[in-house]
Amino acid sequence: MRSFQRRLSDFNARGFRLAAISVDSVETNQLYSRKMGFTYPLLSDADAGVIRRYDLLHRGAGPKGADIARPAEFLIDSQGIIRWVNLTDNIAVRARPEQVLAAFNERRGD
Amino acid sequence: MDLAVGDGKIDMKRNWNWSLWIGFFLTLAGFFSYQFFAQFPVTRDFPWANLLLFAVGAIFLLAGLVRAFVRPQLYRGKVFGSIFALLSLFIFGFFAYGVFYVLRQVPASLSAPRIGEKAPAFTLPDQNGKPTALMDLISPNGAILIFYRGHW
Repeated sequence: MRSFQRRLSDFNARGFRLAAISVDSVETNQLYSRKMGFTYPLLSDADAGVIRRYDLLHRGAGPKGADIARPAEFLIDSQGIIRWVNLTDNIAVRARPEQVLAAFNERRGD
Repeated sequence: MDLAVGDGKIDMKRNWNWSLWIGFFLTLAGFFSYQFFAQFPVTRDFPWANLLLFAVGAIFLLAGLVRAFVRPQLYRGKVFGSIFALLSLFIFGFFAYGVFYVLRQVPASLSAPRIGEKAPAFTLPDQNGKPTALMDLISPNGAILIFYRGHW
């Protein structure tokens, strides 16, 4: 997420937005984004309703056995259609901003 | 007892087997540096930096053990070297289990939305409590949604 913050201007320059979703509360997200200098939205899905709707719930994987989101990235176009998906099979391996920008550029034919 | 061969005198001149200490230290470093290296995608995607520390540690431990067992009259470390080596094996086993098994226990998410489908709509509060809808995010040229495990 830090690497996405570093490339935020590349996303902004393309009119392409960025948002991160977890079960963390608004308060936690506020502290965390301040501490890390994140300026893109960190959305709070405290009851994991949206995470469930996207079938991304990882049961019992959080602190004290809480249900949390598994890492995943979705590229969505301006019509709301999904154009690229990354469902990792290793918690430590997540999409890098370069991959996402490449997927975005490919769609636009750059 | 550290009795040297010879006339039964305690030999104070036996060398300190530093190779064993360095090896054990590198093993600990390989384990405890995981958090540090996990900050950078290059060392997180595959933990080669940690594995390198473990490998170099193992070389030092082996060299130290060879010294201790082949030339016990010159080098210390038969007992503590064996303990260090066993502990290091255990630590490495635990690390490998975590990195190559536990981290890969990710749900399959077979019903996750696919390419070409409409992304399920939502409205969620951002870090300032402001409700944010998917529809607001995707203008003008789309958006990337990053689902993450959370901060704790």
